[in-house]
Amino acid sequence: MNRHEVIIIGGGVTGCSIAYHLAERGMRDVAVLERAYLTSGATGRCGAGFRHQWGTKTNCLLAKYAIARLEHLAEELDYPEGIEIKQEGYLLLAYTPKMEEQFKKNLALQKSLGIDARWVTPREAREIVPFLNTEGLLGATFCPKDGHANPFKVTDAYARAARRLGVKIHTYTEVRDIKIEGSLKTVITNRGTFQAPVVVNAAGGHAAEIGRMVGVDLPIVPERHQILVTEPVEQVLGPMVMSFYHNLYCQQTPHGSFIMGLGDPNEPKEYNVRSSWQFLTQMARKAVWLLPVLKNVRVVRQWAGVYDMSPDRQPVLGEVPGVPGFYVAAGFSGHGFMIAPMTGQLMAEVILGLPTTLPVDMFSLSRFTTGELFVEPSVV
Amino acid sequence: MEDKTIICRCEDVTLEEIRKAIAEGARTLDEIKRLKRCGMGPCQGRTCRPLIAGEIARMTGQNPAELALPTFRPPVVPLKLGTLARGGVPDEQA
Ligand SMILES: Cc1cc2nc3c(=O)[nH]c(=O)nc-3n(C[C@H](O)[C@H](O)[C@H](O)COP(=O)(O)OP(=O)(O)OC[C@H]3O[C@@H](n4cnc5c(N)ncnc54)[C@H](O)[C@@H]3O)c2cc1C
Ligand code: FES
Repeated sequence: MNRHEVIIIGGGVTGCSIAYHLAERGMRDVAVLERAYLTSGATGRCGAGFRHQWGTKTNCLLAKYAIARLEHLAEELDYPEGIEIKQEGYLLLAYTPKMEEQFKKNLALQKSLGIDARWVTPREAREIVPFLNTEGLLGATFCPKDGHANPFKVTDAYARAARRLGVKIHTYTEVRDIKIEGSLKTVITNRGTFQAPVVVNAAGGHAAEIGRMVGVDLPIVPERHQILVTEPVEQVLGPMVMSFYHNLYCQQTPHGSFIMGLGDPNEPKEYNVRSSWQFLTQMARKAVWLLPVLKNVRVVRQWAGVYDMSPDRQPVLGEVPGVPGFYVAAGFSGHGFMIAPMTGQLMAEVILGLPTTLPVDMFSLSRFTTGELFVEPSVV
Repeated sequence: MEDKTIICRCEDVTLEEIRKAIAEGARTLDEIKRLKRCGMGPCQGRTCRPLIAGEIARMTGQNPAELALPTFRPPVVPLKLGTLARGGVPDEQA
């Protein structure tokens, strides 16, 4: 029997960030249980982009605080090899008058929160990305401080810092069941039993399964998203190019490879991480149309991961009403990587009963029963 | 083998780096691939994977035959996006 103060289920970027932030605030008797290896879930399969360009105050601030942390994460976590951060902006393309109107509203909001983003004409967009096909483009928004980082390194950096502070990380340890007696939770795994008064569900696309183990119905469903990577070539694309109209994003990593993905609105809601040939053709068509220079770049690998989708595409953060000591940090709906530094900090503050750095009430599970949904207009 | 020997030619990863990753706790090919990128190059690990598996087995006393292999991901050979955009028809036939 392994007794701890806190057990975190899930060794993705969220679980590792929560573990670090708890330990950093003095709560060191923490165990992280991960069914496979760290980053084996969405974290290791993601586009790993981060952007300030959101359409609600909460998300703008969450992103702004989190990105400020990512900018110095290697120093904060004493991770000398670095997290391969790149900040050359996100170019968000607008193709319809409705999009243009929404983007301009978002810009006004961002500006009021001190985020440096601006409207660019198609011609200016071509100055930022010289080979962009601007056919049908009405304009775009650009924030130079958006970018991406290596999700394996970010998670490894949190995991190492957490371990140094005393956190125990158990990989290849799958949670099979949870029993609650009084305030004590017994977590049964394929590698023995763990006990703690506090359990945190950071199981990403599997969060609903973990919820069911304690009789809680979490409205979080897995949705497959496919992505591919090319061979590395010389640096030609500074920013991440994102089109909600085509449902696609494309970026070039510091390593030289291009990473690009598509969202498919018709994707069935199920746990599926197989990749498909259809995706490859569709992705290639759209990418070569938008960025013709990519025509001669070779794809070396494609894969898939799941978004942990919630009904309003916003995470559930906090303690579950009616199950004291059982916390959820899941439902990130495709943007959990970029906010992970703040997810970790806010969850640690909530668990330890400290004042929170940013408001978190709007992320509570109860919003789905009271109907106070949180609507973010700008997601892929 | 020398520590400076390059084990992953596609991504320039040395035996020394791989030994360090194992010494720091990595136990599977999946973990090493994600931290060091070996196996993610154009050959998709066809060259380096057996060498790394051998090193993990040697350093950790595991049986090489029992090491879990990462998923071989499509495509099997690198394909140009332009070719894929045409539904897989290569340049010369398009
Ligand atoms: C294709 C794709 C592209 C994306 N692009 C971006 C992007 O550009 N920017 C961005 O911010 N976000 C992006 N995301 C979303 C991002 O990947 C996730 O929001 C983020 O990684 C969530 O991290 P997590 O730790 O909460 O979940 P995960 O990384 O999924 O971690 C959950 C972990 O729990 C483990 N687990 C599950 N069940 C059990 C169990 N029973 N016992 C023990 N362990 C268990 C899993 O193995 C997994 O490792 C993308 C996602 C995908 C799929
Ligand atoms: S030699 Fe390692 S990926 Fe090709």
